[in-house]
Amino acid sequence: MNKPQKPLFMRTPLVSYAVLGIWSILVLVPLWVMVINSFKPRLSIYASPLGFPEEWTLEGYRLIFTGSSFPLYFLNSLLVVGVSIVFILVCAAAAAYAIANWQVTLTRVVALFFLAGLMIPIRIGSVNLLQIAKALNLLDKAVGLIPVYVAMGMPLGVFVLTEFVRGVPRDLLHAAQIDGASRARIFWQIILPLTRPAMATVAIFNLVNLWNDLWFPLIFIRSENQRTLMLGITRLFGQYQTDWTRILSTLTLASVPIILLYLLMAKQFIRGLTAGAIKG
Amino acid sequence: MRSTHKSMKNPRQTWGWLWYILPALVVYVLFMALPLLNSLRLSLYSGSGFTLNNFVGFDNYRRLFMEPATAQRFWNAFGNTWIFFLIHMVVQNTLGLFFALLLSSRRMGTRVRDIFRTIIFIPTTLAILVTGFLWKLLLNPQWGLINMALDTLGLDSLSQPWLGQSHTALVVVSLVSSWQWVGIPMMIFLAGLQNIPEDLYEAAAIDGASEWTVFWRIKLPLLSPIIGVVSILTFTGNFNAFDVVYAMTGANGPPNYATDILGTYFYRIGIAGQHPVGIPDMGLGAAVASVIFLILFLGVMIMRGFFSDKSEAAQ
Repeated sequence: MNKPQKPLFMRTPLVSYAVLGIWSILVLVPLWVMVINSFKPRLSIYASPLGFPEEWTLEGYRLIFTGSSFPLYFLNSLLVVGVSIVFILVCAAAAAYAIANWQVTLTRVVALFFLAGLMIPIRIGSVNLLQIAKALNLLDKAVGLIPVYVAMGMPLGVFVLTEFVRGVPRDLLHAAQIDGASRARIFWQIILPLTRPAMATVAIFNLVNLWNDLWFPLIFIRSENQRTLMLGITRLFGQYQTDWTRILSTLTLASVPIILLYLLMAKQFIRGLTAGAIKG
Repeated sequence: MRSTHKSMKNPRQTWGWLWYILPALVVYVLFMALPLLNSLRLSLYSGSGFTLNNFVGFDNYRRLFMEPATAQRFWNAFGNTWIFFLIHMVVQNTLGLFFALLLSSRRMGTRVRDIFRTIIFIPTTLAILVTGFLWKLLLNPQWGLINMALDTLGLDSLSQPWLGQSHTALVVVSLVSSWQWVGIPMMIFLAGLQNIPEDLYEAAAIDGASEWTVFWRIKLPLLSPIIGVVSILTFTGNFNAFDVVYAMTGANGPPNYATDILGTYFYRIGIAGQHPVGIPDMGLGAAVASVIFLILFLGVMIMRGFFSDKSEAAQ
């Protein structure tokens, strides 16, 4: 109180706690509503949307696994996203290895070219991408999303991994060379293991991005059995109008794995995100 | 391949690096760079279905900007996108900066900080689609928790069909999207604040500067390049947005196109051809995409120039 010019919110951490606490409630309540109501029978949701269920039910979840194609959508998403991430990591790491070590104008231009992809969303090219996908017979196939996703993940992958490869001590590489290690061997046995934290960052970032992508499944895929999880979710409202137990169980099941993964790897995720933004 | 690259110093081996760049480059060029450039070119063509082979010059642009039925929807979506973007700048980024300042205070315990930071960031890991659906349920006039909460607080006169009215829908959708993404600017600002050298604060403390002065004279100027990064991210993210509107109100941007933004307009015109266009007009869609591209390109250039000048002036 002896410094009246201090703004209120900085006088005491208690006020900070209160402000952050209110926002935390704003974040957690919707999530709570989603999770807790997915365990309630249909009609009791209306009675008390916030409370614990008087009678717990797994009906919503049972219906997802028995009465719907969601397990299939889930597997489609898993396949597409998993394969895409492996390709992104290997290709981006190799490119980063070259960009960091082969210091010529060409690589500088290539690095900038990848960087531009961080600014320009790939969605804008959708009209031509649809034509390409059709020509390559990739339309209406879940695996047809893979090349687009790999391209989509490449800018961030190359950018983050180049920073990290540059951080690998030169002496280590020279020592390996003197020992007669080939470039490929240095890549597999030194670069890849040492950049593992960065790889994890790139992997998680792309996992969240690609897993949650709706645009490309929406424009590429028609067939029921090729749908991804997000595309399946878009049909929920039409199909199960007011069966909120079922809608909320599906939303919960689609979100909780990613939230858990984030909680487990928060530090990694944040480090990668901020490293990129601060340097760029 | 292994035996061909014996030494990194051997100049004849230098081009061997190409093999490492090539896979990434080929995918990136084929499925990102070329489609982007080609879409710009296709905006000069018309045709039916997937084949655009009829060169029409700038006719698609003429229709987009001037033909009444098309232009009305386009300019409406264009204006809505700016509102959508500005709400994010004001609400999402100001809150993000505010939270970062609170969290970076040295009086806050590390563990408490980590908990708050994690909670605020959680929504960004959700699919925009899930967030949109979830909030659509919460805002539902019959059951929705929002109106219920207003009733409980005795503010039942305020409860209304938030997504059903032209004058509230866009704002509500933008606020939901800000709710989801506020963690990103918060995290970036937090990292920026941690990069500010301690001795600046110490010097300020010796001079008896208030925290308010420290904020305006030290933190804000030194954060200005970061504010630039955040603004650019917000700009590219919002001029490209689609999912949240699609989830909460639908691809036609109802009610009465009040939530129609460039992303939904592009989807409807160029890709899906929903009501009222019928079949997609890919040439016109490519023109919409090109306009978005141009806006992004110019916007990013202008913002970069603006913020780099300011950060130089601050130093």
